[in-house]
Amino acid sequence: MSPMARTAPVPAATDPAIIRNFCIIAHIDHGKSTLADRMLQFTGVVQSRDMKAQYLDRMDIERERGITIKSQAVRMPWELDGTSYALNMIDTPGHVDFTYEVSRSLAACEGAVLLVDAAQGIEAQTLANLYLAMENNLTIIPVLNKIDLPAAQPEKYAAELANLIGGDPDDVLRVSGKTGAGVEVLLDKIVRDLPAPVGNPDAPARAMIFDSVYDTYRGVVTYVRVVDGMLHPREKIQMMSTRATHELLEIGVSSPEPTPSKGLGVGEVGYLITGVKDVRQSKVGDTVTNLAKPAAQSLSGYADAKPMVFSGLYPLDGTDYPVLRDALEKLMLNDAALVYEPETSAALGFGFRVGFLGLLHLEITRERLEREYNLDLISTAPNVEYEVTLEDKKVVHVTNPSEYPTGKVAEVREPMVSATILAPNEFVGAIMELCQSRRGVMGGMDYLSEDRVEIRYRLPLAEIVFDFFDILKSKTRGYGSLDWKADGDQVADLVKVDIMLQGEQVDAFSAITHRDKAYAYGVMMTGKLRELIPRQQFEVPIQAAIGSRIIARESIRAIRKDVLAKCYGGDITRKRKLLEKQKEGKKRMKMVGRVEVPQEAFIAALTTDESKDKAKK
Amino acid sequence: MPSVLPLGDPAPSNGLLPPQVVDGAADRAFGLYVHIPFCAVRCGYCDFNTYTATELGGGASQDAYASTAVSEVKLAARALKASGLPPRPLRTVFFGGGTPTLLPAEDLARILGAAIDEWGIEPGAEVTTEANPDSVTPESLALLKDAGFTRVSFGMQSAVPHVLKVLDRTHTPSRVPQVVQWARDAGLAVSLDLIYGTPGESLDDWRYSLETALSYEPDHISAYALIVEDGTKLAAQIRRGDVPGIDDDDHAAKYELADQLISAAGLDWYEVSNWARTPEQACRHNLAYWRGDDWWGIGPGAHSHVGGVRWWNVKHPTAYAGRLAQAVSPAAGRETLDAETRNVERIMLEARLVSGLGIESLGEQGRHAVAGLIADGLVDAPAAFHGRLHLTLKGRLLADAVVRRILPD
Ligand SMILES: Nc1nc2c(ncn2[C@@H]2O[C@H](COP(=O)(O)OP(=O)(O)OP(=O)(O)O)[C@@H](O)[C@H]2O)c(=O)[nH]1
Ligand SMILES: C[S@@+](CC[C@H](N)C(=O)[O-])C[C@H]1O[C@@H](n2cnc3c(N)ncnc32)[C@H](O)[C@@H]1O
Ligand code: SF4
Ligand SMILES: [Mg+2]
Repeated sequence: MSPMARTAPVPAATDPAIIRNFCIIAHIDHGKSTLADRMLQFTGVVQSRDMKAQYLDRMDIERERGITIKSQAVRMPWELDGTSYALNMIDTPGHVDFTYEVSRSLAACEGAVLLVDAAQGIEAQTLANLYLAMENNLTIIPVLNKIDLPAAQPEKYAAELANLIGGDPDDVLRVSGKTGAGVEVLLDKIVRDLPAPVGNPDAPARAMIFDSVYDTYRGVVTYVRVVDGMLHPREKIQMMSTRATHELLEIGVSSPEPTPSKGLGVGEVGYLITGVKDVRQSKVGDTVTNLAKPAAQSLSGYADAKPMVFSGLYPLDGTDYPVLRDALEKLMLNDAALVYEPETSAALGFGFRVGFLGLLHLEITRERLEREYNLDLISTAPNVEYEVTLEDKKVVHVTNPSEYPTGKVAEVREPMVSATILAPNEFVGAIMELCQSRRGVMGGMDYLSEDRVEIRYRLPLAEIVFDFFDILKSKTRGYGSLDWKADGDQVADLVKVDIMLQGEQVDAFSAITHRDKAYAYGVMMTGKLRELIPRQQFEVPIQAAIGSRIIARESIRAIRKDVLAKCYGGDITRKRKLLEKQKEGKKRMKMVGRVEVPQEAFIAALTTDESKDKAKK
Repeated sequence: MPSVLPLGDPAPSNGLLPPQVVDGAADRAFGLYVHIPFCAVRCGYCDFNTYTATELGGGASQDAYASTAVSEVKLAARALKASGLPPRPLRTVFFGGGTPTLLPAEDLARILGAAIDEWGIEPGAEVTTEANPDSVTPESLALLKDAGFTRVSFGMQSAVPHVLKVLDRTHTPSRVPQVVQWARDAGLAVSLDLIYGTPGESLDDWRYSLETALSYEPDHISAYALIVEDGTKLAAQIRRGDVPGIDDDDHAAKYELADQLISAAGLDWYEVSNWARTPEQACRHNLAYWRGDDWWGIGPGAHSHVGGVRWWNVKHPTAYAGRLAQAVSPAAGRETLDAETRNVERIMLEARLVSGLGIESLGEQGRHAVAGLIADGLVDAPAAFHGRLHLTLKGRLLADAVVRRILPD
């Protein structure tokens, strides 16, 4: 077993031969961040007394939810057979919404530790992340984690893993991130098995940007992996896609605190600070080169993260609109996946249509806006993006149902995904039933082991992105896992359902659904609104309609009494104060035509069961 | 008096009023309210400022109450004069509670006598006392008549035993016709208070109470929808589920039935919860409240209003007596209304009356709201064409909503 390294290799003067770059990838909650903790500890970069669980999950929201949202890279020394090595470890998120974070991290590495919970076995994101790593030609080290758990079945899952990636079950390492058992052996194996980075130290510098983060004190911090040449502090660098030039104010490595260095050489992973204020000026996937001696060809980047679901965000208090705008601008600095544009709603006022990677991303963004910027927000029911072709061949992209064209529609296309579901084989029937009811088309099915299957379906994104996972979980008693990725689009029989109060359309409640599900949506929404909207001085019909055809209706009976009968013995002041309070209450109502709708009713109606606390997938 | 006092400005210890109250005072009626803060038992629904003998630790404060009240009468007379108000004889006097008739009739007579000594009284003035059916005798009523009372308002509430029980009322239904007869014999006009919408009361129960009350041929009826006031025993019972809750639709149906039966018996509505056999028999004291006249309220927690200044006394009888023992005004706080607030109050109060509001006196928003109110059936169309805003039956039930619609935002 190796001791802690006595001397750490110095950045900018490290031979690529003693560098190992790897990331830890796994299904959500299989213990990546906890394993990373032990590595930080055993390599000595974090002292035991400073240690805390999931050390690298630094955002409040990560700590509260116990999940990783952002990848974190750390440089650690490790000694084997008398040589000190420099390990660059990247802890990645496991949730499907953040798969793009994983794929960026992979591009900075030669190897990946594929971690599998020894009590759970292979799950959907295990497969998805494994395939991503294989596409990037990474060397894979399969590892079973949580072997300390009484429920662990290491034999069974070692066989499953070996079967999946080839090799001998005996070669699958067994560790416990909790107790630290096996972690040193794993570090040794990383040094032995993973290839060292290769690059040309004499060529013009080329470094791949794999993350870009805005920091209030330091401005944008750009994380890079150097491929060729060397970067030094104070020199002028150039972003190859935009040709923008910056001065390198600081360069260094995270260990795990930022530590400035004399530079970064071939194979090294570290950070750059140039003083820019917008992460878009330091774009993920771009190549950094030296201005004085520029490279001829950039490294191949990666595709931008593409928003999958859209929702309108509105401040409860209309005067907070500028606060929301500034807050979104700031959040966007740190979150290249966030896109937004202003929109207005007759019912909700001024707000923004915001695109997200998934519901968890939506939820986290909304929570950060509310918490960090002290805002109260209404978010409209999330939906996917549709491509509508009109009969005059005009094409419109619809991210807000109320913008669905009213003219003659020739064709509507909806985004599709290919989904992978893993579950014990006893649930195959239930899963197929579920996928069929969601307009899925089966792509294939494989046995991963005797009793565990992988089922592949092509499904409309709109059918899986909201409540699908919860239903899957309940239909598989918690054993099913799901992964999906975008997979083109298809023509679909979609309609827009409008909701009307007293004949007045409420834009915030419009939805685009499959024709077969329009009725169910109409019944659900009209019923919900009947419960939520207080009685008015007149009867209020609530209707759901496709175009001019009414598909569901409810009605709110008129209120019959609103008068204080008693004379309070001349205490007119009390009566007036009551009236003033009621008038204040009226001001907080949103008017839909003549109907007064309390904001709470809007919030409750828009809080679909789908968007309620779906933190973990 | 409700049990919670408003928050206001401090009031001076001599009771002196700001100069503005003098403007137009000669044209405003002047009345007196006398609060008697005692009851034999506390009804479960009631949050008026009233106390049982046990709550006050014995009957001492009841015995001394008339003297204390008389000292506030004197302070009131001094303060009004010193504030520059012209001498005005009393047009209406109202003894309310609590249960005024829990005090000996002599005490009530003494307080009234002291007030008449200070201000004089208009010929034909209206002098009312509230009374619980079990707190009067033929003798006490005759004595009140002799002292100058003209009217008695009995808290009948219901004629149905199980309803009276939920309301914690101590009298039996058969007591009511008896006391009505005694009051008649004494030469007093009679009003009956009814409460509808009590938990467990059916529409037929209510019909029976109405028919019974009307069979006594009162000169006046007040019918109040039961309000479940915070902090009352009734509120706790409903919260615990011991008795069913109340329902606005039930209240509306019962109000409509009340209006139908009471009108059919020959009494006309003149305020949301009040009906009188002839216009002269409407309670002029209550109308003074709605019309913004001047009155002084005597007693703990009593409210007063003179020329746009409202004030209220300390709540507890002991604190009240303590203030007056030191010849200090018992006022706890007051507010001086600006023109805009006075206008809001005027609209809020006058809208409730059969006489209604002049549409031209409303702000722009109010005038614009009238068409919608007519369309919704809340305001009478022909009257509106003649420039008056009169509530329809439906409008009376939604009077507070109508007021919110005609007031500026
Ligand atoms: N018993 C036991 N529990 C572990 C072990 N490793 C992690 N856990 C627990 O598993 C849970 C998830 O651990 P994390 O390290 O946050 O998992 P993760 O893979 O980083 O999760 P995401 O970043 O959200 O994908 C936590 O409750 C850990 O305490 C282990 O070796 N043994
Ligand atoms: C000041 S109270 C007192 C009268 C007298 N003590 C009695 O109870 O007969 C006047 C009237 O207000 C009404 N009242 C009191 N509390 C009420 C409540 N919570 N809801 C509706 N009306 C109420 C009753 O009809 C009562 O007769
Ligand atoms: S008797 Fe009248 S004032 Fe006294 S508690 Fe009952 S309702 Fe209230
Ligand atoms: Mg993690």
